[in-house]
Amino acid sequence: MAPAPSSTYSAVTLNINGEKHTLTVDHRTTLLDALRERLDMTGTKKGCDQGQCGACTVLLDNRRAVACLQLAVAAEGREITTIEGVADGDQLHAVQQAFLDLDGYQCGYCTPGQICSAVAVIEEHAAGWPSAVTDDVRPEAGPPPLTAEEIRERMSGNLCRCGAYVSIVQAVARAAEADARARAVDGDRTADGSQAAKREGAAA
Amino acid sequence: MKEFGYQRAADVSGALALLDADPDARFLGGGTNLVDLMKTGVERPGRLVDVRELPLDRIESTEDGGLRIGATVTNSDLAAHPDVRRNYPALTQAVLAGASGQLRNMATVGGNLLQRTRCGYFSDVSKPCNKRVPGSGCSAIEGEHHNHAILGASDHCVATHPSDMGVALTAFDAVVDYETVDGPGQLALTDFYLPVGDTPHRETALPPGALITGVTLPPAPVAANSRYRKVRERASYAFAIGSIAAALDVQDGVVRDVRLAFGAVASRPWRAHAAEQALTGGPVDAAAFAAAADAELAAARPLPHNGYKVTLMRNLVVAVLSELAEEAGR
Amino acid sequence: MTTTTTGTRPAQAVGTAHTRVEGPDKVTGAARYAGEIPFTELAHGWLVLSTITRGRIRSVEDAAVLEMPGVLTVLHHGNAPRVDTGYTGMMGMSPDPTIAVFQHDRVPHAGWPVALVVAETSEQAREAAEALVVHYEEEPHNVTFSGEHPDAYPAPGVGGPGVTEKGDLAAELAASAVVLDAEYTTPEEHHNPMEPHAATAHWDGGRLEVVDSNQGTLWVANELANLFSLDPASVRVRSEHVGGGFGSKGVRAHQVAAVMAATVLARPVRVVMTRRQMFSLAGYRSPTTQRVRLGADAEGRLRALEHDCLSLTSTVHEFVEAGAGPARVMYDAPAHRTANRLVRLDVPSPTFMRAPGEAPGSFALESAVDELAEKCGIDPIELRLRNEPAAGPVSGLPFSTRNLPACFREGARRFGWADRDPRPGVRRDGRWLLGTGTAAASFFVGAMPSTAAATAEADGTFTVRINASDIGTGARTALTLIAADALQVPTDRVRVRIGDSDFGPAMIAGGSMGTRSWAWAVTAAADALRERVALSDGIPPEGITVRSDTTDAVGALAQKERHSFGAQFAEVAVDVATGEVRVRRMLGIFAAGRIINPLTARGQLTGGMIWGISMALHEEAIRDEGTGALYGADLAGYHVATNADVPLIEADWVDDPDPDDPVGIKGIGEVGIVGVAAAIANAVWHATGVRHRSLPIRPDRVLTAGPHA
Repeated sequence: MAPAPSSTYSAVTLNINGEKHTLTVDHRTTLLDALRERLDMTGTKKGCDQGQCGACTVLLDNRRAVACLQLAVAAEGREITTIEGVADGDQLHAVQQAFLDLDGYQCGYCTPGQICSAVAVIEEHAAGWPSAVTDDVRPEAGPPPLTAEEIRERMSGNLCRCGAYVSIVQAVARAAEADARARAVDGDRTADGSQAAKREGAAA
Repeated sequence: MKEFGYQRAADVSGALALLDADPDARFLGGGTNLVDLMKTGVERPGRLVDVRELPLDRIESTEDGGLRIGATVTNSDLAAHPDVRRNYPALTQAVLAGASGQLRNMATVGGNLLQRTRCGYFSDVSKPCNKRVPGSGCSAIEGEHHNHAILGASDHCVATHPSDMGVALTAFDAVVDYETVDGPGQLALTDFYLPVGDTPHRETALPPGALITGVTLPPAPVAANSRYRKVRERASYAFAIGSIAAALDVQDGVVRDVRLAFGAVASRPWRAHAAEQALTGGPVDAAAFAAAADAELAAARPLPHNGYKVTLMRNLVVAVLSELAEEAGR
Repeated sequence: MTTTTTGTRPAQAVGTAHTRVEGPDKVTGAARYAGEIPFTELAHGWLVLSTITRGRIRSVEDAAVLEMPGVLTVLHHGNAPRVDTGYTGMMGMSPDPTIAVFQHDRVPHAGWPVALVVAETSEQAREAAEALVVHYEEEPHNVTFSGEHPDAYPAPGVGGPGVTEKGDLAAELAASAVVLDAEYTTPEEHHNPMEPHAATAHWDGGRLEVVDSNQGTLWVANELANLFSLDPASVRVRSEHVGGGFGSKGVRAHQVAAVMAATVLARPVRVVMTRRQMFSLAGYRSPTTQRVRLGADAEGRLRALEHDCLSLTSTVHEFVEAGAGPARVMYDAPAHRTANRLVRLDVPSPTFMRAPGEAPGSFALESAVDELAEKCGIDPIELRLRNEPAAGPVSGLPFSTRNLPACFREGARRFGWADRDPRPGVRRDGRWLLGTGTAAASFFVGAMPSTAAATAEADGTFTVRINASDIGTGARTALTLIAADALQVPTDRVRVRIGDSDFGPAMIAGGSMGTRSWAWAVTAAADALRERVALSDGIPPEGITVRSDTTDAVGALAQKERHSFGAQFAEVAVDVATGEVRVRRMLGIFAAGRIINPLTARGQLTGGMIWGISMALHEEAIRDEGTGALYGADLAGYHVATNADVPLIEADWVDDPDPDDPVGIKGIGEVGIVGVAAAIANAVWHATGVRHRSLPIRPDRVLTAGPHA
């Protein structure tokens, strides 16, 4: 039970999965511990508490980050997405569905972090970010194709001790392909609204 | 972790004032190193001044064609920036070789330069360490040191600097910009880190209370043909055991300009001036590259279990310069 | 990929791919692990570990800490409740005294638990634990492990006797056309499940309830009952989801400390190990120094085999890393000697870690066999096939099944082994030298008595209760398929509940014996229930429940050599300029009994193979001789394989049902790691011409290895 705000405590409002939570936190409290021990949102896992495993990966302002090294008091004002906010209601996110279908996990403890990370990897790749295994990082080279090698490197901040890496890569690839198709459709819409509208009409 | 005060600074002068008011205060950037060290008890600040939201998050071209990188630019944004990728590709590669995607999204440029060594004795408060507790002794010299320094170390400390980014910045003559309550200042990155000597706990030449506001990269045409190679004990998400940032400009079969810096071999990113001098104006072949590496590594003082780093760095110099020479020839 | 059958006809669920029944909870974050179950009035305990390696605690200065904000108590040897360790626990072993925390002032190793600080919040507990001053009388320590220990002694373990020998070793070696004599070493390795050990203990109406992360709830419950002299029925331990175990999640200091604190404070107390504490408190795999001597005739047939494995244990508990075990199964010779020897040092107690004995032992033996094949000029697969034993080399017992040759034939075909140029150091791809290697795998197969209850519910569904543990193996799903087939109903009408000591005795998740042992009990209960239901007039509101107990059936199994087998193949790339080694592809073909759920079984096998990559190239805990503690004891200092270290790995199997198991199961949790390090080391030799006999094959070792390492 945290005492009232003082020099070492603060009242903060955290915006988590679109909902605002106001609480008084010990400045020492990490976002990870605030989620798990104060807000009963235990989907975000504590594997090492030192930024060395990625189990606590969440999205901060739509970018992946480790919650164990993020002080809760410093997270005020940021848009926080946890594994509990990845799905759309009962509809699993494509990444979640792919992990489920392709068995991209075993014990499941690193899984929420893997999934949050994968969601961001797909975004980062779509934004054209290179990685450490991208041959030519110059912008003129264009975005690298999201090969298995690229996925492996980009997902390496999430350790899986059970060794589910083979199916994790397959799951990320499957979700990324679905995402690329959706983006292509969106791109068509932007380019030619009438054509996209026709397609929607046909689908309906 | 002891209790601490927390304030978020709105502007640079406010941040400096907050820090100046409390000798026990520290700046908090991305937190990826400081918060970790607070958890392990290595750092025990009484107050954190959060500078992450200061308006220092821009990357801008300078008038002379260089870049000015704000101190709170994240590693990810630095690596992804088109001008960095185009004009200093080794810098993008170095940043991307460090840590993980999550950590690069959090970590800032200023914090990266100030990160502490990953020596396992430094980060374990139950063990002696001169860097953490001056005068307590260096456990690594007689103990585990297979990933410790071969260059520029002393009898008091053989820890290495962990930054990848800093290696590329060092190669490209980066200058650190800072502010103090008494005004702004600049330090070349090659002067930024202090010699180890008998004061390994004193790591930088920054004045007390200074806030890094940015890093300026001068224009360097040679940097367009540059590369960063990192060797580590697994393929990703690990600190280097040896790394190299290199840039090469060849004209008429002669080295016109060359930049070389080493990582994970010294207490700071190691600019290989001796090797550069040996190469400049000389032939572009493996023998010349090896001779230049030897010129630099003549100063190496390996310990019983890290002599392999001399071989590794020599091989990296030859391999990476050969690749750059081939690309320059295309 | 979900293939749940929803039609009216009973599914043939076993053998078809089925996504995990708890999968939706795991991918949405809804699955709660041990440290995540909410309790009102929960207090947080933080362990304080010794900073010396050997000596005595002079004083624990708790007064100042008790004044700190939120601190509720400090337990240490001067005030903690007493526990009784004079009992024989599971598997006939006395408990590791490490779990009897705060009972005396001796410190037998670095990281020994000396106190538990309990506070209202975890932040307060952590700071108070860091602030607690403990004064010690320090004594000199010895933690240095090498091949030379005059006081090493042969030690029996769960793997069998300390020494086995037959024939005249010296004479057969002397008469051999080809002799190999080599020493191999493996380092200290740590399990590092992603979920740290966590327990919450509380008293509920005179009953001790513990929510814990472990591999066997009744095991933990019985040990706690013994330690605290409680009626076993008054202790309940639950473990619904477990974030990996690999042998480390048995009875550990955190549960005992949590029970002590919950008892003293009369409120729920949670104790979670930090990642660093796990390196001292969770057990580990001992380092080994192994000497293998092989003698063969010119055709590669073994005349002599000796495998000696030295491992270490603590000064307070005996645990043997039985690396010589594989030689007792894999190869016979007229002269055959194996020895598992131990040395006691001032280190924490080692324990079972995925494929104990077999993982390090197979590295030495299967590397040596490859070296022998090289010396004989015979293909290493052919050499192994020429040395297939007709019966257990030591026991003389028949094998239940031994389909190792089929694994090699299928693996060789799929891997493209026939095209392999045996010469080392002749293939290059840019800066990389390429090579391929192979090795055999085996792991013990067994079953342990278990009980299960199957209930036909009034709504037409079925509930199976069994005290199984799903630590990521897919056991919950496999048992669902098995129960559905036994009940002759679709899987969606079957609910399997596990991880609760109140469900009665059952095997733990260990020894690759869990799913086989549980499946046996589930099948027996389901069979009996189906008969009962067939004879009944409808299902009453409370349902019909039938219980099973496999004690007699398991006890009646004939004595045989029962093992899973496998053939491992690896292709590696080595940059000799930087020392980097990358695995480019791997294939494992296994003869491992009937496969219940191909989807999750493939994960078990490839997961084991990835452990093998990690063991071959990365994992090594470095014990600092000066302080006696580990250097870099965290996940940045102790490297496990990342995603980028792992190529496309294929695992498949040949038909190999166990003839004496009701379901045909053998066990797949551990055989996947066995032999992998040898296959990779053999491939590194093939790539470079240099033998690496010390793991891990780190870049510095590649760089400093001479041409004749």
